[in-house]
Amino acid sequence: MYKIAAIGDKDSVYGFASVGLSVFPEDEAAGAARTLRKLAESGYAVIYITEFLAAQIQTEIERYGEQTMPAVIPIPGVTGNNGMGLKNVSRSVEQAVGSDILSE
Amino acid sequence: MATLNVNPTRMELTKLKTKLVTARRGHKLLKDKRDELMRIFLELVRENKKLRREVEEGIKAANQHMSIARSVMSDKALNVALMLPSQSMSLDITEKNVMSVMIPEYSAKFKAPDEHDIYSYGFASTSSELDFAVKSLFDIMPQMLRLAEVEKSCRLMAAEIEKTRRRVNALEHVMIPRYEDTIKFITMKLDENERSATTRLMKIKDMMVKDAIEAKRAADYKGA
Repeated sequence: MYKIAAIGDKDSVYGFASVGLSVFPEDEAAGAARTLRKLAESGYAVIYITEFLAAQIQTEIERYGEQTMPAVIPIPGVTGNNGMGLKNVSRSVEQAVGSDILSE
Repeated sequence: MATLNVNPTRMELTKLKTKLVTARRGHKLLKDKRDELMRIFLELVRENKKLRREVEEGIKAANQHMSIARSVMSDKALNVALMLPSQSMSLDITEKNVMSVMIPEYSAKFKAPDEHDIYSYGFASTSSELDFAVKSLFDIMPQMLRLAEVEKSCRLMAAEIEKTRRRVNALEHVMIPRYEDTIKFITMKLDENERSATTRLMKIKDMMVKDAIEAKRAADYKGA
């Protein structure tokens, strides 16, 4: 049985608590990185993290890239999105195909 | 011509020929694997992009409601309302093997008997905007889970495709030509050896015949 977490600033993630996710309010990169590592080791299968924070701890997230667990998924926060999610998808395509053939 | 550093013997030749056959078969199999992975990958990526747009839209809508709720309710009241969730979601994970890549499949389980039991607060003291915010997050949840599944699969597959592509290229452009060249080199060398053996034999035969003729002549001369 695995759990789902959401990391981000308070305003962005509190809503997720009511639908049954565990929320971890974090405002800065260092704390987020620490929380992410802790969660990855303690049975969280999916971790949603706001794009704003994800952009700052990219290397930390990258470590879980090729493991089956956990899936670290950037989501937009209250401050809007910075296109990081879609950029990650494009990067996967680039890695697999050699160039981003699906960009528009 | 890049050849391997081997002795040009018949034994090496046989060995190399078997290796070449194996390499060709491996190359064909890996190429098929790469093509199939690529097909699945592209399907997944398209879905991934679509889901991502949907999820981003959904979260944006939820955040808009949330901002309004925040502005009409006091911070404290909002915190109290969301502090103790009545719902808790957990996941069952099954792994699916797609061309030797293990991709996860999630199925959500809810703790509360009714999965729609998402409002953890009384309606009297909260704004209706909060209900909308929570509702829109709940509505987008299936897509968010699917997004996690698809995005993870994409990452894993991209890595596997890259590896497979490298292997295919290495076989196609390095290993197989090298084996072919070496086989050619050994065949030529062996043929050359054979020819030189033949010429040597012919030469020796000539010498022996010449000797014999001379001996015969000497005998005839003595007899005459």
